[in-house]
Amino acid sequence: MVGEGSDSVFGKILTIMTSETLDQGQMSCEEIRKNIQKYVDKWRNVEGSLIMVLHDIQEDIGYVPREWAMEIGKALDIKLARIYEVLTFYHYFKLKPQGKHSIHVCTGTACHIKGAPAILEILKTQLGFNVGETTADRLFNLDVVRCVGACGLAPAVVIDGEVNGKSTPEKIIEKVKSLQS
Amino acid sequence: MTPSELNQLRDSLKAAHKNVKKCLHVCVGSGCLSSKSETFIPAIQKEIQAQGLKEYTVKGVGCRGLCAAGPLVSSEPDGTLYHEVTEADVKGIVENLNGIKNNEKVYNTDTPFFKKQKKIVLENAGEIDPCSIDEYICADGYTALTKVLTSMNPQQVIDTISTSGLRGRGGAGFPTGRKWGMMAKSVSKDGKKFVVCNGDEGDPGAFMDRSMMEADPHRILEGMIIAGYAVGSDQGFVYVRAEYPLAVKRFQLAIEKAREKNLLGKNILGSSFSFDIEIRLGAGAFVCGEETALIASIEGKRGSPSPRPPFPTTSGIWGKPTMINNVETFANVAPIINRGGDWFASIGTDKSKGTKVFALTGHVTNSGLIEVPMGTTLREIVFDIGGGCLNGKKFKAVQTGGPSGGFITEKDLDTPISYENLQNLGSIMGSGGMVVLDEDDCMVDITRFYLRFCVDESCGKCAPCRIGGYQLLQILENILRGRGTPEDLPQLKQICHAMQKASLCGLGQTAPNPVLSTMKNFEDEYKAYIEGGVKYARQKSKGKS
Repeated sequence: MVGEGSDSVFGKILTIMTSETLDQGQMSCEEIRKNIQKYVDKWRNVEGSLIMVLHDIQEDIGYVPREWAMEIGKALDIKLARIYEVLTFYHYFKLKPQGKHSIHVCTGTACHIKGAPAILEILKTQLGFNVGETTADRLFNLDVVRCVGACGLAPAVVIDGEVNGKSTPEKIIEKVKSLQS
Repeated sequence: MTPSELNQLRDSLKAAHKNVKKCLHVCVGSGCLSSKSETFIPAIQKEIQAQGLKEYTVKGVGCRGLCAAGPLVSSEPDGTLYHEVTEADVKGIVENLNGIKNNEKVYNTDTPFFKKQKKIVLENAGEIDPCSIDEYICADGYTALTKVLTSMNPQQVIDTISTSGLRGRGGAGFPTGRKWGMMAKSVSKDGKKFVVCNGDEGDPGAFMDRSMMEADPHRILEGMIIAGYAVGSDQGFVYVRAEYPLAVKRFQLAIEKAREKNLLGKNILGSSFSFDIEIRLGAGAFVCGEETALIASIEGKRGSPSPRPPFPTTSGIWGKPTMINNVETFANVAPIINRGGDWFASIGTDKSKGTKVFALTGHVTNSGLIEVPMGTTLREIVFDIGGGCLNGKKFKAVQTGGPSGGFITEKDLDTPISYENLQNLGSIMGSGGMVVLDEDDCMVDITRFYLRFCVDESCGKCAPCRIGGYQLLQILENILRGRGTPEDLPQLKQICHAMQKASLCGLGQTAPNPVLSTMKNFEDEYKAYIEGGVKYARQKSKGKS
């Protein structure tokens, strides 16, 4: 039993390690510095630009790695604590690498009363997704968002930036499965 | 560019516009785009060429409002509207231009949905291409700015806005003219003042600002520039949610195009007035819609609100005077300047002037974006414009004002809409979200939904909001699981009142509103959960109107 347990834990660590090597976070400091130079040039002389810099990084690589945050802090003379204060306050920023495909289920009022909970439920039960988590195969990311402003088309699910209006659990499952293959 | 050059450009654009006999308008708002409406434009172009129709053209336009029936294509100037268009319909629509009649997809526009609306803010939505500054200029855009810069002094602009009776469209309804006046009077040491457009539309169930920014960004820009001139500011910020990528893109484009034409930047239209605008992105925090939190966020910090006074008009971004107006407020400025304050004041009710844009959603037949004069009754909105509840279900309540608002039931539906009337009913105008609930909706569940939203979004700075909200949510969860006790109800009320009185900012002060409102109007649904358990309560809530 013990052996099995540690095996699976070891397996998990291994997958995390192998996948981490693909992440931007594993670059050397020089490489990161080179990469962040364009953000620094763009925003250096603009007051209060921290949120915009973080947006730019996330836009380009999908999340904000700790190493990058550290380098940004050095380049723009902002304490790491300040950066993390912002990163953890705003829901929009991601601190972990994201899956290949992003699924955002809108849980605004209109979507809530028109069936968003059922869609979330089926994604959880049938496909084993968890809100705020990346699947083990690093293919999908499930998140909930508070209103994407497509209330006229409720319930809305945003898959890879594309709004799927008037969704049903069946349609979403089908769509996700088509991305799996 | 000088004012006369701008006028010349407008005249030549209008002359060119006259040569176009008919134009097909394809809606490229977020709603219709989700059904791939942008692909219709090249398809229609190809079809027009194939049929050899030279005087006809096609363009993408902003949201027409009837999102539920999208994608929409309309043919102008005759106004024929096609709904739920697919690739296969393109041929038929183009043939119709030539007088052949394919009627299957034609939408009847002779309905209250179109007739009862009055469009001021949205007059260009669905008419002009939001990505083209020429189209906006052709539709008499930037005439208000020219008028202001050539023939009015700042005080006259503020007086016009005061005369119009325009009030803040973000929800609280503060008189815009008075705010501008306060801002014009406040001084900063280095002369820096900021004008901010609040596009952080965080209300779940609302999409007015998004549609306006996507459909007619230049109108908002024009309003901001005029505001800058009136209050003596040379720098503006547009704060937009990052969740609205399309709005951000179109706004950015509008700013660049306006700069090219010298409508933004140094010495606008050859005058001595300079003004520039930058976009700042929100990052998914509802509390940032609150003025002081928004200021913190623009400064690049976490969006914690701070106590007022000092009000932002005295000390805002980096301690400088800052004036924050909602997107819709700015969109009202240009028409007021063009047509005069008295004209605007003639629309609406005694204290609430002009029109209001609402996002009508939920269990209603025609969900979408609407604009009605103040004073329209809720019944007209829900039943005439909205077409009543979906699938003939019985109406239960309409929720206005998002998580800070309340529920209005059948008996109050004949109330004319105004800031005061909605407040008297225990709700608020809010930014304009309107969610219709039918007989199947459980009010306790909806209340929990709003409360959970506020608990998630509470910044945690002050105890009443942080702890009070959590306690309310726990009690509601218990009630919904059938584990509530009769003592829960008075306790809910007690916590609500404490939060209203003691919270630091608007979020905490208004978070209990949905609870109080449902407890007032639907107390029996709460009692059903407490007395008879979950199953009984669900059945009972369905049987009641």
